[in-house]
Amino acid sequence: MKITEETVSHVARLARLAMPDSEKALLAPQLSDILDYAETLQRVDLTGVEPTSHPFQQTNVLRDDVVRDSLPRDAALMNAPDSEAGQVRVPAVLEGGSEA
Amino acid sequence: MNWETVIGLEVHVELKTASKIFCGCKNDSKSEPNTNVCPVCMGHPGALPVLNRNALELGLRAAMALNCQINQKSKFDRKNYFYPDSPKGYQISQFDKPIGEHGYIEIELNGETKRIGITRLHLEEDAGKSTHAADGSHTLVDFNRTGVPLIEIVSEPDIRSPEEARLYLEALKSIMQYCDVSDCRMEEGSLRCDANISLRPVGETKFGNKAELKNMNSFRNVQRGLEYEVERQRELYENGEAVVQETRRFDEATQTTISMRSKEEAHDYRYFPEPDLVDLDIDDAWLAEIRASIPELPAAKRQRYEAELGLPAYDAGVLTADPQTATYYEQVIGFGVDAKAASNWVMSDILGALNNEGKTFAECPITPENLAGLISEISSGKISSKQGRDVFKSMWETGKSAAAIIQEQGMEQISDASVLGPILDEIIANNPKSVADYKGGKDRAIAALVGQAMKATKGKANPGLVNQLLIEKINAID
Repeated sequence: MKITEETVSHVARLARLAMPDSEKALLAPQLSDILDYAETLQRVDLTGVEPTSHPFQQTNVLRDDVVRDSLPRDAALMNAPDSEAGQVRVPAVLEGGSEA
Repeated sequence: MNWETVIGLEVHVELKTASKIFCGCKNDSKSEPNTNVCPVCMGHPGALPVLNRNALELGLRAAMALNCQINQKSKFDRKNYFYPDSPKGYQISQFDKPIGEHGYIEIELNGETKRIGITRLHLEEDAGKSTHAADGSHTLVDFNRTGVPLIEIVSEPDIRSPEEARLYLEALKSIMQYCDVSDCRMEEGSLRCDANISLRPVGETKFGNKAELKNMNSFRNVQRGLEYEVERQRELYENGEAVVQETRRFDEATQTTISMRSKEEAHDYRYFPEPDLVDLDIDDAWLAEIRASIPELPAAKRQRYEAELGLPAYDAGVLTADPQTATYYEQVIGFGVDAKAASNWVMSDILGALNNEGKTFAECPITPENLAGLISEISSGKISSKQGRDVFKSMWETGKSAAAIIQEQGMEQISDASVLGPILDEIIANNPKSVADYKGGKDRAIAALVGQAMKATKGKANPGLVNQLLIEKINAID
């Protein structure tokens, strides 16, 4: 599968990665090679094989609904570049950006 | 041209768990900012999520109550996007194997039952809360809500009017409350609704361009926002203009919708299986156990009230709308009083008084037993219906039983002939003209005497008995 430099730019933007054009030119063929290899794998006959999203057979790892201590607020905010009134302060966000 | 409205709703419901979905922090977004946070919900590198069993079971219960098929083999996926309220840079959600699919909700519309399809129901984590500075200089983020368990319920585009949308939401809220999976308080954000709306010419099968409506904080505003959109889109089409596919925000002040700047790339979420959580495999026995925890749901209850208790459809609808009302009502009739009389008192007097004072059933000063007591005092003739209203007011104010208030206030109706006899004899003796009139064939003259008796007893005499005794006594006079 051919990955263009435009696709590399798009994915870099989604991942918030700064990427000079020289790197895009380098990465586009490398990413293409990786996808080509995946295509090779896709030719394997997998009739009757369940899709695997994990290497483990384990299922249903659950915890009981019990409240445990949270971090002290000072500790929770310690690594934030900026905070104010117990909240993390970030540059202004456009109202209505993507939300869950 | 005639236009058909097509609406689909996306509803997020916060689950009523003690702790968050993937960590042990308290599920309480109203605490002081950033006091219910930990490395897992703050998205610290290396911190691992573990699914809350209760969140999963509540989600499954909701899915079953909404008639969904359950995907017994289910899993979680990452939805990737950058926004400050999502510290990991992704949201743990479900993509191709939601816990529930192909469900439905039934609504009552003009006396008919209409089925609205539910495409899917999935579990996911909530994001944090952003507060934007009024001057636009910065944004503050509180992560208490990050990781609060949510279910997202996506309807089929089966809704054909803003009114149907409101009815769907009311039915959904009612079912969620019956199942005890959520408080569903829209004003507090424990139920949130986005709406997709488009128009198409009647008979057309393809969908028109849709607007996605956000920011509606009540069922009424959902209906109003959609009503505004119907008109806006119809006018555009009729003026030969196109409807732009975009996100719009409902503005409460102007009751209109306003375009939000669209960010196309924001929808490129690049989902992939969540590597930090193992798959779910819910066996039949577990499902059966969860199914058994679902109580009688509002639609079934409504039918039973009509069929078994003989209540009118209107009464059955009001009494079953939320589980607290139904529980209270069932407790009242559990004391053996008439179903319709109990319905009248609960619907108009109890609900009216609760609404007036902004109280919930938990704060209701009149217990079901005491309301049943009041109804019995009236049906037995001890007090009149009119007196019953006054007794109700005193019960509401004091929390006392009807019997206690009737006794205290001496309201008890006098239905004892031996008590009434001497009073009536005196009245007859003092009103020879009325007695003579009655004996002369003026039947209505008796009313004046009954009036005297009521006055003499301060309204407590049983009027029917007084009437009967007076006639007997007068007829006995030669």
